[in-house]
Amino acid sequence: MTVGIRRDAPPAGSDAGRGRTPASQTRAGRLLRRIRKGGPPYLFLLPALLLELLVHFIPMAFGILISFKQLTLFFIRNWTGAPWAGWANYRVALNFHEAVGSALLHSFLVTCSFTVLAVGLSWLFGTTAAILTQDTFRGRGTLRTIFLTPFALPVYASVIIWSFMFQYNNGLVNELLHNVLGITSRPSFWLIGHNSFFALVIISIWRNWPFAFLCVMAGLQGIPRDLYEASAIDGASIWQQIRKITMPSLRSVNQVLILVLFLWTFNDFTTPFVLFGTSAPSPADVISIHIYNASFINWNFGEGSAMSVLMLIFLLLVTAAYLIGTSRRRNNA
Amino acid sequence: MPRRSRGVMAPPASFLWTRRIVLTLLALFALIPVYVMISSSLKPLQDVTSTFRWIPAPLTLAPYHDIWYTVPLARYFLNSLIVSTSAAVASVVVAIFAAYAVSRYGFRGKRVFTSAVLATQMFPGILFALPLFLIFVNIGNATGIPLYGSRGGLIITYLTFSLPFAIWMLTSYFESVPKALDEAALVDGCGPVRALFRVVIPAALPGIIAVTIYAFMTAWGEVLFASVMTTNATRTLAVGLADYSTENNVYWNQIMAASLVVSVPVVTGFLLMQRYLVSGLTSGAVK
Repeated sequence: MTVGIRRDAPPAGSDAGRGRTPASQTRAGRLLRRIRKGGPPYLFLLPALLLELLVHFIPMAFGILISFKQLTLFFIRNWTGAPWAGWANYRVALNFHEAVGSALLHSFLVTCSFTVLAVGLSWLFGTTAAILTQDTFRGRGTLRTIFLTPFALPVYASVIIWSFMFQYNNGLVNELLHNVLGITSRPSFWLIGHNSFFALVIISIWRNWPFAFLCVMAGLQGIPRDLYEASAIDGASIWQQIRKITMPSLRSVNQVLILVLFLWTFNDFTTPFVLFGTSAPSPADVISIHIYNASFINWNFGEGSAMSVLMLIFLLLVTAAYLIGTSRRRNNA
Repeated sequence: MPRRSRGVMAPPASFLWTRRIVLTLLALFALIPVYVMISSSLKPLQDVTSTFRWIPAPLTLAPYHDIWYTVPLARYFLNSLIVSTSAAVASVVVAIFAAYAVSRYGFRGKRVFTSAVLATQMFPGILFALPLFLIFVNIGNATGIPLYGSRGGLIITYLTFSLPFAIWMLTSYFESVPKALDEAALVDGCGPVRALFRVVIPAALPGIIAVTIYAFMTAWGEVLFASVMTTNATRTLAVGLADYSTENNVYWNQIMAASLVVSVPVVTGFLLMQRYLVSGLTSGAVK
């Protein structure tokens, strides 16, 4: 192997020599020499670090700052001139007896039920599909490709397709439920009223279960085959094998998978935004769209930021509790 | 992918039937929207505004012609293509260096770096959309570099979105390349950069391509920042597709045709790389 690589390398003196002589006078040359000497790996990390700072960490710090400001449209060109608001934005957001606070609480509860339902079912669908396609059989490869297709489509395209399917007059869902299966006595509205919540859940599941399928499928490949063979010799049925071997082996995959699904679903902006625009019906008024409206439609960036900070704190607490809880259980097991 | 079966015995009929039924239902669930998209894109407008019909009766390709004229789709397409390609390539280049550092060096702050990068996945986009918008506007005012409303600003933003996943995946790919290989190159007098380019990158190339495609997909599908950060001239597909719904008419057949057209690049890429994505996830999971 090493010999092959040496042969790939150019003859000594061509590339290496060019870098050494004239460039060493310049700053880039000195930098290059420091890297060559096996200097700190920080240089390799620097671009990633700077970009993360610029796009994630500085804006976040800035967002926290804004949440203490009275930043309305009037101050947008000159945000430093906006007066400090102290905790006022937080007090407004958390005062559940007033309109803004109670709307936020409602939106938070909607988001929680949406997340629990969508994550739970996405996980269930994905895990079931992965376990059922664990053995080789005819058509397995095709099925896998079919299952992964929803995840490959751009999110906004998927949501647009679903919103067409959920149309009152010309949608497939009403045609299927009302005319073909006869489940409903008359066509239903799916994108307004109570049904809009379920429309959102269905789209989210459709979009995310393939990811669960992909992760669990990857996790299944790490289970040693002899475990199944040994248990089969001992007379274990396939259902017992799934319960006693497959599921416990998936614990570490599930730990990450459920967390990722939770964060994606809770933070999901694209689905409600493409489905409802900025006027999400109250039963489907999830938090990301709610905050977007508070910030960009009502032009009250201070309050919008305060709400986002509260949301972030909630996510941090849940994530920390989840990681501590699941890790402890794993250690005890 | 190794072939494996659960046991020595053939599975019982109850299992086989469960498998058939459940997998069929899931396949239908996955495919029906795709079918609706394709079949509706071949219908004339009056057929998509009346009751839904499963089989498109008069077939027409007109929507595939009209989509380019109803809306400046070509411009949106070009914008999306430029932004997503640049973001994907830049993201992977940055991630290659970071992943190399993480997989080959022990250094102070390594855990802080990796967990901070992963933690950015937790941030609600809405929390830094507005500050980032203000920062870009202010950088523009101060330096004259137009970040807000330009493709450049969007590229920088999108490249950081795929960066955490890219670093994570590439680290696991690089760790599967034996360290002895690049150590041998170092002994031969290569610097770490040359060792990276001559040894590690060629060995991890499939993974790098998979991650590039993933980064492209992330940028291609992003909506929130595309709606906040673009102007008419730089609008991408993610926002532009909404233009097919006007006050008077919703051109559902054209919307479906356009959805298909914008999906083709990413679906093709994804299906080509799914094998590598699974192997990358597997090595990550096993570790």
